[in-house]
Amino acid sequence: MNEVAIAQPPQRNLVSRLWNDKETRSVIIQVIAFAAIFAFFFAMVRNAIINLEAIGKDLSLGFLWQPASYDISQSLIDYNSRDTHFRAMIVGILNTLLVAVCGIILSTIVGFLLGVFRLSKNFLINRLAYVYIEYVRNVPVLLHILLVHGLIVHSLPLPKNAVNVSDTAFLTNRGFFMPKPSMEPLFWGVIILFMLGIAFTFWFRKYAKQVQDATGKHYPVFWICLGAIVGVPLLAFLVLGMPLTWDIPELSGFNFKGGMVIRPEFIALWLALSLYTAAFIGEIVRAGITAVNWGQSEASYALGLSRSRTLSLVVIPQAMRIIVPPLTSQYLNITKNSSLAIAIGYMDIVATIGGISLNQTGREMECMTIVLLLYLTFSLLISAFMNWYNKRIKLVER
Amino acid sequence: MTAMTAQAATLDDVKARGELNCVVTTGVAGFAAPDENGRWEGFDVDFCRAVAAAVLGDAEKVKFIPTTGKTRFTVLNSGEGDILFRNTTETLSRDADLKLTFLPVNYYDGQGFLIRKELGVNSAKELDGASICIQTGTTTELNLADFFRVNNISYEPVAIETNEEGIANYSANRCDVYTTDASGLASTRAALEDPSAHIILPEIISKEPLAGAVRQGDEQWADIGKWVVNALIAAEEAGVTQANVAELAAAAGDNPDINRLLGTEGNMGEMLGLDAQWAVRAISAVGNYGESFNRHIGPDTPIGLERGLNAQWKDGGILYAAPIR
Amino acid sequence: MNETTQQYKPGEHPDLPPPRNLVGPVAWVRDHLLSSPTNIVLTFLCVWFLIKVIPPVLDWAFLDAVFTGEDRNACRAQGDGACWAFISERFKLFTYGFYPESEHWRVNLAFILLIAALVPILYDKTPFRKYGLYFSAAYPFIAGYLLLGGDFLFLSLTPVPTTQFGGFMLTLVVGITGIAFSLPIGILLALGRQSKLPIIKVFCVAFIEFIRGVPLITLLFVASTMLSYFLPPGSNFDLLLRVLIMVTLFASGYMAEVIRGGLQAIPKGQTEAADAMGLKYWQSMRLIVLPQALKISIPGIVNTFIGLYKDTTLVIIIGLLDPLGIGRASLSDTKWTGLSNEVYLFVAIFFFLSCFFMSRYSLYLEKKLETGHKR
Repeated sequence: MNEVAIAQPPQRNLVSRLWNDKETRSVIIQVIAFAAIFAFFFAMVRNAIINLEAIGKDLSLGFLWQPASYDISQSLIDYNSRDTHFRAMIVGILNTLLVAVCGIILSTIVGFLLGVFRLSKNFLINRLAYVYIEYVRNVPVLLHILLVHGLIVHSLPLPKNAVNVSDTAFLTNRGFFMPKPSMEPLFWGVIILFMLGIAFTFWFRKYAKQVQDATGKHYPVFWICLGAIVGVPLLAFLVLGMPLTWDIPELSGFNFKGGMVIRPEFIALWLALSLYTAAFIGEIVRAGITAVNWGQSEASYALGLSRSRTLSLVVIPQAMRIIVPPLTSQYLNITKNSSLAIAIGYMDIVATIGGISLNQTGREMECMTIVLLLYLTFSLLISAFMNWYNKRIKLVER
Repeated sequence: MTAMTAQAATLDDVKARGELNCVVTTGVAGFAAPDENGRWEGFDVDFCRAVAAAVLGDAEKVKFIPTTGKTRFTVLNSGEGDILFRNTTETLSRDADLKLTFLPVNYYDGQGFLIRKELGVNSAKELDGASICIQTGTTTELNLADFFRVNNISYEPVAIETNEEGIANYSANRCDVYTTDASGLASTRAALEDPSAHIILPEIISKEPLAGAVRQGDEQWADIGKWVVNALIAAEEAGVTQANVAELAAAAGDNPDINRLLGTEGNMGEMLGLDAQWAVRAISAVGNYGESFNRHIGPDTPIGLERGLNAQWKDGGILYAAPIR
Repeated sequence: MNETTQQYKPGEHPDLPPPRNLVGPVAWVRDHLLSSPTNIVLTFLCVWFLIKVIPPVLDWAFLDAVFTGEDRNACRAQGDGACWAFISERFKLFTYGFYPESEHWRVNLAFILLIAALVPILYDKTPFRKYGLYFSAAYPFIAGYLLLGGDFLFLSLTPVPTTQFGGFMLTLVVGITGIAFSLPIGILLALGRQSKLPIIKVFCVAFIEFIRGVPLITLLFVASTMLSYFLPPGSNFDLLLRVLIMVTLFASGYMAEVIRGGLQAIPKGQTEAADAMGLKYWQSMRLIVLPQALKISIPGIVNTFIGLYKDTTLVIIIGLLDPLGIGRASLSDTKWTGLSNEVYLFVAIFFFLSCFFMSRYSLYLEKKLETGHKR
């Protein structure tokens, strides 16, 4: 075919000549693709306008400033039924973030444990971890959430017979009631010391490394930093005469009053999401650790490093490079799966602005768009952070 | 989506399709729920079948679209459903803002509270601090917020997406109180393990006229829905039953009301765009209002609802069908 | 051993058995259960846990369970355990949803054909595999016709509306459609993302990131509440179809990223060599790059399939009745309320079996396709 083309170029018509030129072809394809995509979106927007006009609906975010008229039981900020839909949305966002952050922390801890158990020589623990991981990974997360919620609600006692933790905290199927701290002015001193402790840690780690690079002298960095972050503020807290008062929950009528409460819906969602995701993280961790060449550990032992220092200085940093990218998607999954809260009545974004507000105002377009944008923002923020972290620990290649 | 073209001729669409798409709930015992064989049964379901019988001549030509509180109006507005009978409260904002047209009320309801007897509560005003299970996407949670706000008492709302989940939470003791429309409460109570351990508090905190609905903008279709409901109510008032309807419709009798209803006199059906036998088919398919009520939710059923407000106006209720003339 | 009794030349001494304490069950226990203080503690914790958990669960699920009965009260009268009578009475509903009873044979036939369609794909020694694969490719359409019914050429089946689909059948319909269509779309998106054409690349990146950035249930809500506004006036399409499209698009976003991983692992030399041989873009992709890339991505692809399959449970949130939805609807029947544990467990077992099978198959495939290029 090429021969023919070369032999008789003038006879080829314009179209096929353009098509066979790599540059123009790519331009043509892209123009067509762009036109198609543009036409598609144009048609959608046009349809939407026509359809909305036909039923006489307009698009506006004005409803956000109307009173929401519904109550929310779990809220991190003050909220009552006279507040606006906007404030209800903020409550939802905070609830989603709360369960996502708590879930990320717990799933990471349990996941690493599971990963280590799977590598353990202990037959029982190894098999148990295996059975757990296989069971959890092969059953839908929605079922886990419903099951855990059912278990909590069925097995925990009523407020009257609450599990009593030394008369200050109470565990019931209406939630976990705890004393609520309220700060006296002096407590700010403790907070400032805590902040200073964190700043000191950053500086000291750098300093210790410099000293070690220059002289080989090694500081017990961990213990010094722990002292700075926890020890000093704790000491100050005691010295200042414990400037905190506790509001202790008390049984009155149906429920406990006062104090703080964690609702069973939150606990169920948090546990179910964490335990579900932990199974995946466990496998990721196991894969990460087994991927580090055994020679690395042997070389490290040969240099005289102890077992724990081999792990922390040689194996884990290398395993992290393999672990972090998939870990990111697990963290994203927790955040996104938290939207299943709606099945058990935890008031997250989907249940507030995407649920009750949507129902009461009938503004599907606006509410769903807001919900989608919020989740996109969270996802982008988490990926951005993890990308930054990943870059930091990446192998420097030459 | 409510395009003018599609909307203006729902009747033609339904006839062409040979099937009525009826929007119902995912399952409320007595009102609409599938039985063992997957056949939908219930009081609301009967109205769907009656409309199908009147329009298509066959009460079985109904496709039931189960919806949650969230999706019900969208399904109707998008044209997926033709008519909605899903214990839906008629309100101004739904009528005007959600662009619905409501049919006559087929069940007068009000929001009440179900509570365990052992708690010893006699009035809703004693519910300070209680945990209350509600179904979201309904007027219930708005009424609840208002009631507790006005009475200045605190509570913990546990908002659940579906009725079944709400009941599951209540029976698991997650909540002290379950609240929904009083009709729903009766059926909920009946479904509990030991119905006698639960009581319904005397307070009714809201008005809930439950009505069917159609899309706004198709007057003819709205009229058909409206008059099928009226016909079933009027049939009870006039004493026309599933058993005697065929006999009464065979020839014009002495009672002009019955004659007009059953098409032996006048041209009522024609005015609606149907034939003369429309009401006869509807009544012989599901019986009159009272028969359907007794069959699904009446005192002899597990739901055990009294007629109360839903008795005919002559019997002390407020059921009052506009005259068919 | 007495060394003086027998002398061996160097290298001729027979192999002695290993020391007694390094083999046999005792050594195994010592090595695998009691090798260190931590291990001893862990072992005892595990044993305690197993003793605490297994007998009550067995009691509930089997020993005290009731397998026949009219309603919940009949169950309770016979025993304290699980009431499986509920599941067996509603088994048809769990399997077929509201599909008309007289037409159940169509679902069964579709299921048998599904197995027939899967065999040539899964097992490469199937006789006449090539023709089998044509059948597999046609299967989604054959099954679609079987389930939906209607008139087609000389065939005529009673049409069944999709609102009557439900139960495990619905799970399989959503799951298999998603799996069958997300792979090709995912491959196209992955290639688009690697493309040198900026507009196509930008579009693919935007699409993939959007899909991966939002939860599936919000997309399902969009499908059920918002989508109708974006369609031409007067048109209207089936809720199930909308869900199928959303689930497929959702899975293809993830699929694209998995396959992109595989594509990136192929050394550039492979494409360069293909270019040097004069292969065109599609030829080099089809013959050189994709076979290698897909092989590397098998674990990821199967994981995406499993994820998609599990995600089919979310359809209950928009009102479709999959097994979980059927279970919850059945729980509102006055005869059976309060038996949620039985329903959840039953559905969990179903999902566990199907997903476990998929993951085992992927392990088998990985092993089989291992051609020794691993470095």
